[in-house]
Amino acid sequence: MSKNFVKIDEERCKGCGLCINFCPKKVLSFSEKFNSKGYHPARQHDPDNCIGCGFCYMMCPDTAITVFKETAKV
Amino acid sequence: MAEKVMVKGNEAMAEAAVRAGCRIYFGYPITPQSEFIEYMARRMPQIEGVFLQSESEVAAVNMVYGAACTGNRVMTSTSSPGFSLMQEGVSYIAGAMLPAVFVNVVRGGPGLGDIQPAQSDYFQATKGGAHGDYHLIVLAPGSIQESVDLMEDAFRMADEYRMPVLILADGMLGQMMEPVEFPEFVKLEGINDHSAWALRGATGREANKVTSFDIDPVNLEKMNIFIQEIYKRIKAKEVRYETIGLEDAEYMLVGYGTMGRILGSVVKLARSKGIKVGLFRPITLWPFPYAELKKAAEGVKTILTVEMSMGQMVEDVRLAVEGSVPVQFYGRTGGMVPTPDEVLAELLKHV
Amino acid sequence: MTEATYKRPESLAKREFSYCPGCHHGIIHRLVAETIDELSIREKTLMVAPVGCSVFAYEFFDVDGTVAPHGRAPAVATGMKRSLPDRVVFTYQGDGDLAAIGTAEIVHAANRGEKITTIFVNNAIYGMTGGQMAPTTLLGMKTTTSPYGRKSETEGFPLHVSELLKETAGIVYLERVAVSSPQEVRKAKAAIKKAFTVQLKGLGFAMVEVLSTCPTNWGLSPVESIKWLNENMKKEYPLGVFVDKVGDLK
Ligand SMILES: Cc1ncc(C[n+]2csc(CCOP(=O)(O)OP(=O)(O)O)c2C)c(N)n1
Ligand code: SF4
Ligand code: SF4
Ligand code: SF4
Ligand SMILES: [Mg+2]
Repeated sequence: MSKNFVKIDEERCKGCGLCINFCPKKVLSFSEKFNSKGYHPARQHDPDNCIGCGFCYMMCPDTAITVFKETAKV
Repeated sequence: MAEKVMVKGNEAMAEAAVRAGCRIYFGYPITPQSEFIEYMARRMPQIEGVFLQSESEVAAVNMVYGAACTGNRVMTSTSSPGFSLMQEGVSYIAGAMLPAVFVNVVRGGPGLGDIQPAQSDYFQATKGGAHGDYHLIVLAPGSIQESVDLMEDAFRMADEYRMPVLILADGMLGQMMEPVEFPEFVKLEGINDHSAWALRGATGREANKVTSFDIDPVNLEKMNIFIQEIYKRIKAKEVRYETIGLEDAEYMLVGYGTMGRILGSVVKLARSKGIKVGLFRPITLWPFPYAELKKAAEGVKTILTVEMSMGQMVEDVRLAVEGSVPVQFYGRTGGMVPTPDEVLAELLKHV
Repeated sequence: MTEATYKRPESLAKREFSYCPGCHHGIIHRLVAETIDELSIREKTLMVAPVGCSVFAYEFFDVDGTVAPHGRAPAVATGMKRSLPDRVVFTYQGDGDLAAIGTAEIVHAANRGEKITTIFVNNAIYGMTGGQMAPTTLLGMKTTTSPYGRKSETEGFPLHVSELLKETAGIVYLERVAVSSPQEVRKAKAAIKKAFTVQLKGLGFAMVEVLSTCPTNWGLSPVESIKWLNENMKKEYPLGVFVDKVGDLK
């Protein structure tokens, strides 16, 4: 697993696409599946290239995203 | 025993509210109520209370709503057009189950009307002036002393039942001066603990929500039924009225507030002429003393209801007696106040 | 070490927002909640929700809250703040709520320097009732009650509330922001945090106007809505600080 990655709460997600649009690394996309509300939730298809910038979190209107970032070397 | 002092009705009610523990007042000037707000402007700073002249009655009632959300005793006073403007807020306060006290010093209407005493806001006060299935407790004092005495009750009922209480006065009561004895200051500890629901910050507890809103009709109906249960308790416990000379009366006068007081003189006048007349004066207009009035009317030949309006409470009088006694009506409106002689002349037509 | 550096603020209740996909109300809620968390004021905050799409906001925040009648939130907040001066009281209002039916209440709360905070969400439309014209609707913009486009001859001009309010002496901090990019979200957050800090310090009335999207009633996708906001709304409603009488608050 990458040091930086995001977790998307698929049930909260409404498939608005704002996170996908604003991700500078283009590592987010719509999932094929539907959630229980009938939306295609966003998913991170390429966590390896995530830089943990938080842009996706900032633009998400439904607080569906948690961003994990490497903060210090162990 | 406290000594009696001469005070104007509006100021007496305001002082009574202060003594009843009210430390927050919002209002907007309007005749014939302005001495009320002016008194509060002087008085509240002396007792570290809150006084704020709002930009309108709409704002005033919503400030009352906000303060009531915190569980503090709060009130406003106004006159007819102002109370009309407050109606949306009154409905929200009733729906959100908030304690608050209103005083309407009624003047002639409709519209801008005039600034003379009237009773033409009875329907608005008792039948719901705004939207929704709700009531106010409506108290109609017949003298300044009674308005003072009822004030403590008004705040007590607002707190106990978590609902708006209205003192329905009129321009006469607001403007005249009478000797009054004020009660002691009420101690609030323990009698208005609203910590279970009031909005004071969610410290060490779940967040409280106060609202008249529920998008789900099933829940909204439940909320309404809950409120109706409270209304039932009020009807059983809080009905108030006064009677004079009904023991042997053949004729019964019915009137409230200032009119009720004038009818007291009519009873004396009529009896001095040998006519057996009695008076029934409702003090709670909601809940209306239906059963009590019906009982009091047993054996009388005719009821004459007199109002400073074209006939509003008379509908409740008719509902009360359910056709068992003929109910006549006499009224003046637009700020005209019937004199005892005028009423007596009317009564004689039915004797 | 890997840490959750961006996560859901604690001052939001668990429940999901009722807003349409991509609606900026959700972003703005989050910024308010982050602010409440960071200032550690959750337990002493009272919120007044409006009538509008954010009528449910009182449920979305884990703070004591109520719903005011349409437009009257500043009066309700005044009643609360005057009875409990040491609590933090804020209103959250849409443009129909604040700029149409509630103009009197906002002007007078601001002018009194009422020590409350207002978050004003301007999406140039009545969202909740189905996309009718608001006072903030742009000229030429089609809504369900300006079906041929808003015309100044008959419907007047877009109302600039912040420009109006900046003249009221009691207002100490007033900024118009947007949340149309991560950079703007950061600036909006700083503005909101400042508006709450102003209240904590008892300095006067503070308001942040946030330009917001309504993808549903604008008939655009969430991403297109942001583009439309950037190209049209920002021309009519330029971003910036209108009043800052408090300077740097730490
Ligand atoms: C007194 C009153 N008038 C009208 C309404 C209907 N109403 C509900 S929300 C709304 C407009 C809300 O628009 P806005 O404030 O812009 O909020 P948005 O939904 O766009 O966020 C109206 C007119 C109401 N609830 N109460
Ligand atoms: S944290 Fe940044 S790089 Fe990673 S997914 Fe989110 S927006 Fe893309
Ligand atoms: S921004 Fe949020 S709601 Fe929209 S698609 Fe991304 S995760 Fe889903
Ligand atoms: S109608 Fe518009 S403002 Fe309301 S939730 Fe939907 S997108 Fe948001
Ligand atoms: Mg709007």
